[in-house]
Amino acid sequence: MPTPSLTFRGEPMRMIYLDHAAAMPINPGVLEFAKRYLQSDFGNPSSLYSAGLEAKRIIEDARKKIAELINAENETCIVFTSGATESNNLAIKGTALRNIGKGKKVVASAIEHISVLNPMKELQKSGFELTIIPVDSTGIVDIEELDDSLTKDTTVTSIMYANNEIGTIEPIKEISEIVHEKGLYLHVDATAAAGRLPVDVQNDGIDLLTLSSNDMYGPQGAGALYIKPGVRLQSILPGGGQERGLRSGTENVFAIAGMGEAARIAKDEMAQESKRLRGIRDGLISEILKVEESYLTGHPTQRLPHHASFRFSRIEGESILLNMDMKYNVQVSTGSACTSRMLEPSHVLIAIGLKHEEAHGSMVLTLGRSNEVEEIPIITKAIKETVQRLRELTPL
Amino acid sequence: MAQIGYSKKVLEHFMNPRNVGTIENPDGYGKVGNPVCGDLMEMFISVKDDIITDIKFRTFGCGSAIATSSMVTELTKGMHIDEAMEITRDAVADELEGLPPRKMHCSNLAASALHEAIKDYKRKEED
Repeated sequence: MPTPSLTFRGEPMRMIYLDHAAAMPINPGVLEFAKRYLQSDFGNPSSLYSAGLEAKRIIEDARKKIAELINAENETCIVFTSGATESNNLAIKGTALRNIGKGKKVVASAIEHISVLNPMKELQKSGFELTIIPVDSTGIVDIEELDDSLTKDTTVTSIMYANNEIGTIEPIKEISEIVHEKGLYLHVDATAAAGRLPVDVQNDGIDLLTLSSNDMYGPQGAGALYIKPGVRLQSILPGGGQERGLRSGTENVFAIAGMGEAARIAKDEMAQESKRLRGIRDGLISEILKVEESYLTGHPTQRLPHHASFRFSRIEGESILLNMDMKYNVQVSTGSACTSRMLEPSHVLIAIGLKHEEAHGSMVLTLGRSNEVEEIPIITKAIKETVQRLRELTPL
Repeated sequence: MAQIGYSKKVLEHFMNPRNVGTIENPDGYGKVGNPVCGDLMEMFISVKDDIITDIKFRTFGCGSAIATSSMVTELTKGMHIDEAMEITRDAVADELEGLPPRKMHCSNLAASALHEAIKDYKRKEED
């Protein structure tokens, strides 16, 4: 399809990108910083000559910057991976398998990312006991249920910092106190939260923390796992023994260097940028909720600053996405079954108690650096007209 | 920019669907699907001398659900009901220059909705 030739105030209408939870453009400063590790400084960090030493140096530089972003005890707590999915797998399988002598129980909330739930289900198939903790209608984990579920043989408990589909921020400090009272480990997936909320592993009481490069405007293909000193886990990717033996394979030097720089910029700019995005987000929420039969999904206040998510009765999300894209050049996301590989609605929307037909009408907006307050009326108009058009078609 | 792997024709029908709406006192009415599954379609037909003289639809569902509904109405307006009963889901998909594989089943119910409407018309004729 050709790009829609729409105009706004006589100018060609540019794309408004509202799916930063799916992918983010690399920060130009990060690209500038890291590109030499693809070109001139392309050495293997394990080599001992100077090209290798520079690659090694920049990886350690990135480790330090990431440790600073999350206030880790020191940089040796950071292990680089290929992304959040691998970090989650390493945290869960690596800890469960290393500590199998202590027990075979794992616990996760019902709204965890699929890269947390699926490794846990795999463990379940090989004899582990998996407990899923429900959430309330705003997406907050049921603390009492969690407390009741944790026993001394629970080796990994995984609760996300904030949810990517409904924006809800979990009470991590309270959760970590419960987990630690029983002497257990807490893994936190901070993919959606890092760089947007002041994640502090020491203050929050986190034992294992998943980070993603691209979710902080870094290059795709890098992630990290924070491992608190003293927490024991085993490798799930044996080989040449890179990353303290926890993650073999030649390091993705470009992506790791970029991730480090992205973390540094995120730390510097987070407070200001989060405040700016929160303003745009609040404007969008108040305008979009004026649409008849529209509802906010997730928590009204305990919410990621760049995140607005909704559902609209009697219409379907993929149609919303398509219409917004083709007619208005606005890119949004949905938890509708029709866009998923499994043709099932989002497990997160089902976990907060939505019926299937309600979950089909979901729309998720995640803001980023390119978005501006001036876009609020354009986005709102596109959504209002899209909902109206699809409701004219619906038999419901 | 081929959204979700849709053909140009699917997108065109999605953006400009033909024959949207309802017919008052239709000669035949068919409804298939279920909002729980994400797709629900209804077809209204007017029939004269076994020819479909008018056809309208309403659809709740994804892009391909809307496009296939639109295509079915376009294909069968003016068609003899016996011929319209022969229209298959595959034929509808072919007319739309194909559908993504996972959309072939769930979102391609429009032919069935039309067949239900024709059966409804025949039942009424027999009464």
